[in-house]
Amino acid sequence: MLFRKSSSRFRPPQVPDRAILREHRKVIDEIGRRGLLRGTMSLGALTLLTGCDVSEQDQVQRVLRSVSAFNDWVQARLFDPDKLAPRYAASQVLKPPRFNAYYGIEDVQPIDAATWRLELAGLIQDKRPWTLEQIRALPEQEEIIRHICVEGWDYIGQWSGPNLRQFLTRVGADLGAKYVAFHSHDDYMESIDMASALHPQTILATKYAGDPIGDPYGFPLRLRTAVKLGFKNPKWIRAIEVTNTYPGGYWADRGFNWHSGL
Amino acid sequence: MGSEIKAGPPRPGARMHPALVRVTHWTNAVAMIVMIMSGWKIYNDEVIFGFLHFPEAIVLGKWAQHGLQWHFLGMWILVLNGLVYLAYGLLSGRFRRLLLPIRPRELLREVKAALTFRLHHPDLTRYNAVQKTLYLGVILVIIMQVLSGLALWKPVQFSWLVVLFGDFQGARLAHFIGMAAIVLFLLVHVTLALLVPRTLAAMIGGGQRIAAAPRDVSSSPAAHS
Repeated sequence: MLFRKSSSRFRPPQVPDRAILREHRKVIDEIGRRGLLRGTMSLGALTLLTGCDVSEQDQVQRVLRSVSAFNDWVQARLFDPDKLAPRYAASQVLKPPRFNAYYGIEDVQPIDAATWRLELAGLIQDKRPWTLEQIRALPEQEEIIRHICVEGWDYIGQWSGPNLRQFLTRVGADLGAKYVAFHSHDDYMESIDMASALHPQTILATKYAGDPIGDPYGFPLRLRTAVKLGFKNPKWIRAIEVTNTYPGGYWADRGFNWHSGL
Repeated sequence: MGSEIKAGPPRPGARMHPALVRVTHWTNAVAMIVMIMSGWKIYNDEVIFGFLHFPEAIVLGKWAQHGLQWHFLGMWILVLNGLVYLAYGLLSGRFRRLLLPIRPRELLREVKAALTFRLHHPDLTRYNAVQKTLYLGVILVIIMQVLSGLALWKPVQFSWLVVLFGDFQGARLAHFIGMAAIVLFLLVHVTLALLVPRTLAAMIGGGQRIAAAPRDVSSSPAAHS
């Protein structure tokens, strides 16, 4: 068949050593104009080199990550908080949705709804945890929107659940803070900018196509925002944190662009 | 009056390729190669055609994120450099002088001559119809690449651009086809430049100086008005 799916290289066959993360943390901290300028000068010489390991060298990563940080800044300015993503008809919805994580579907750990709680942390006044019952009692918003993965595939999904802006307002979150981070049960974490968190099409999804979200797709609660790439939508959320300290993210720490706004 | 002088033939004694054209040409060459090779890495993560994976030896970036990092660095160099090149080409009259007009009959004749290896290029300061078509064509393709790239990068902010390509996958396909067209152009362009090494030298050193008198009146803009 012409349009065959490839085996994904988005998920490395072996999970990178944690030491790499620590090593890159230093690089992120050092992001700055001086690094960019210094690095740009050596960039000309580096383009003469070929081979796949060029991008991994420290000096090169410093330049590339500085550019990525600059691109975060550009994207925040390109972002129009009132611009709505296209919405689609229920007949176009893919059922079930497409699975993706940093591991295979067989390794998904289902969450027990009875003991699950949504924890709140950071710049939030009312940090009392929420049960699934309480979340389900909130007004529900449905979004039939396109999910776009950084790998290049996409599908139309039908998600519903409480609007994040309304939820953050209700718990007394500091809406002037910079970041909202979502911590997942599978040790996944991604954070988004507050402007995107407050976008009208950003919801805490509990349902897909009218039914509770299936285990592999994030039951009982996941983020669905129409203005970010797929990997910025954590599944199996256990905690929401509002903060002014850059929280990074699972893939952002590994070199993917942090803002990744659509 | 002023614009006529600006848009007219270059002043006698000027190099065939002014420094600005040479610098933007080679900057574009580097940026384009970065874009193509990192684009192949990004493509490999989710291929459009099942039979086509780009070998790891010719892609830029060890993992997908590195391909993306290069691509989103290269785009700035490509776009900013491209804007300088386009502004110069349009304002100086270089595009009008060198790339227009393209006469279909001339083009057919020269394609035939090129295919039978009888195409001559005695005067480097003037382009034949095949060159005009290829150069103008690749400029338009690169502009389309920027547009389809913008649609892929910001499909919500520029949703109208996505509509232009059908949908998100349509924009991906257009971006791929544009890449293929540029690679084809590169193969022809580099081959021809190597066959006539004087052209390559001209793009490095500037080439011969323009003769004092215009070669024929039709090259002056007044003759077209």
